[in-house]
Amino acid sequence: MKLITAVIKPFKLEEVRSALTDLALQGMTVTEVKGYGRQKGHTEIYRGAEYAVSFLPKIKIEVVVPAAQVDKAIAAIQRSAKTGQIGDGKIFVSPIEHTVRIRTGEADEDAL
Amino acid sequence: MKFRNLARYAGALAALGATALLIDPALAQTAAPTPVPNKGDTAFMYTATVLVLLMTVPGLALFYGGLVRTKNMLSMFMQVFATLCLVALLWVFYGYSLAFTNGGALNDFVGGFSKAFLKGVDATTVAGTFSNGVYIPEYVYIVFQMTFACITPALILGAVAERLKFSAMLVFMGLWVTFIYFPIAHMVWYWGGPDAFASAAKALASATADTKAQAQSAYDAVMNDAGISFKWGALDFAGGTVVHINAGIAGLVGALILGRRIGYGKEQMPPHSLVNCMIGAALLWVGWFGFNVGSGLEANQFAGQVFINTFVATAAAALSWMIVEWISKGKPSALGLASGVVAGLVAITPACGFSGVMGSIVLGLVVSPICFLFCSAIKSALGYDDSLDVFGVHCIGGIIGALATGLLVNPDWGGAGIADYVSKPGEMVAGTYDMATQMIAQFKAVSMTLLWSGIGSAIIFKLVDIVIGLRPSEEREREGLDITDHGERAYHY
Repeated sequence: MKLITAVIKPFKLEEVRSALTDLALQGMTVTEVKGYGRQKGHTEIYRGAEYAVSFLPKIKIEVVVPAAQVDKAIAAIQRSAKTGQIGDGKIFVSPIEHTVRIRTGEADEDAL
Repeated sequence: MKFRNLARYAGALAALGATALLIDPALAQTAAPTPVPNKGDTAFMYTATVLVLLMTVPGLALFYGGLVRTKNMLSMFMQVFATLCLVALLWVFYGYSLAFTNGGALNDFVGGFSKAFLKGVDATTVAGTFSNGVYIPEYVYIVFQMTFACITPALILGAVAERLKFSAMLVFMGLWVTFIYFPIAHMVWYWGGPDAFASAAKALASATADTKAQAQSAYDAVMNDAGISFKWGALDFAGGTVVHINAGIAGLVGALILGRRIGYGKEQMPPHSLVNCMIGAALLWVGWFGFNVGSGLEANQFAGQVFINTFVATAAAALSWMIVEWISKGKPSALGLASGVVAGLVAITPACGFSGVMGSIVLGLVVSPICFLFCSAIKSALGYDDSLDVFGVHCIGGIIGALATGLLVNPDWGGAGIADYVSKPGEMVAGTYDMATQMIAQFKAVSMTLLWSGIGSAIIFKLVDIVIGLRPSEEREREGLDITDHGERAYHY
């Protein structure tokens, strides 16, 4: 099993969710985060006090998938989250050792 | 209000005295039957008072609260609210007495304790207005003035936001209103009233040769029974000096004595909720109609003039700030618009009863660029942390308004002119306006306020700092005053 972590632009969330559901992947965890890569921030001005804001709002999606599905999932995420502009985000893949479904006790791939 | 020395007119009036100006004996005596309050004016003053309360809570609380960080939102609210409650009680205990009674030897600067704990005041006693023979219940006047006494110290809190301990704040406020606000209110606004002026003038006019000296000294005593700024002839309709310059300079002094917030200039501390700030600014504008129009004490034609001045000056100042910001920073901001609104209201406060409508608009257009300069370039250059720009908006705006009042009152410029209660006792007529004389009076009032409040506030801040300490510890300031002073979070999400 692999953990796919994708940091994407917030308005792309619905498209990405929809693309992953089409692959019969059930479930994901979503967090609101701030970050930057190459995308520059902006300047805010409050009555004479200027603030350079580097961190931009992003959405982080975490989904655990069977190893066989990783490439399809990555392709789906990349296709649906892409705008072509700087700041589209990144996808990270890391290994998962063990999974348990809390309600039934099913383990590993049966729990996904 | 400026008054004329009757000596100039005594000769002419004495000739007429026996006929047209025969005194109603009741007026010439000090003990007259208690007048009945005017119901329309009273109803209006209730409304105006409640509007001024709205300015403080939640107007000012939201305006300030939205500008600080989330961790200090409740602290701003608590400090404003608690100040309101504390000063309300101090006002009825002794504040009203110190501000609006005769202070004997110290009467130029402060009143006495003759009405402490509202002794002698009940539901039937009355307070005079600016028209002869027109009264409102004294209780209503007391509460109206009370709301002014409550909001003025609350304004200071913006300058020392996010770093003033709640306990120190309470002690400071009690001392500050006692030694700064009550005396300044007395100096600017305390006088005998139009009927006292009229009685003395009539008595003098109809005095025969052997009673003339006595009538003259009685007249002089009435004219002298007023605060020093009032006697200078300085004009301040609703409190440009008493409220705004006063709180503004105290705020600057506090900001300097407390020092900058931790991380100021290095860490980001933008307003946590401009939505709350805008709501607060809107409530301030709406409530300010009570503040300004209510200061006329009557619902008459002059109230209409104050009303329209308060509206258009503010609108002009808001647009002016917005345009200045648009040009200099590239975008008109919501905070800029709100700041322009407040600056315009501050500037029109002393002038609202005296200026013509177009003059008010000019005042509004002029005040915003100057306040904007102080809030941005000058504040950054000098490096002081006047967190919510109390000095830049209230003190500077108040100074501009107070000085402009001396010019805008000019009848040739559409102004209302100076009120004269003694040339025709029983009526208010237009007095003579002399620009140089009036401007000198305005300068004196502004200077007196800056010195008394600036020096006095510094002493009180320092005293409280030495005895209980003004600032929280560094960890407490970092964690946020909501948790450390009040044990609560403003937001749980």
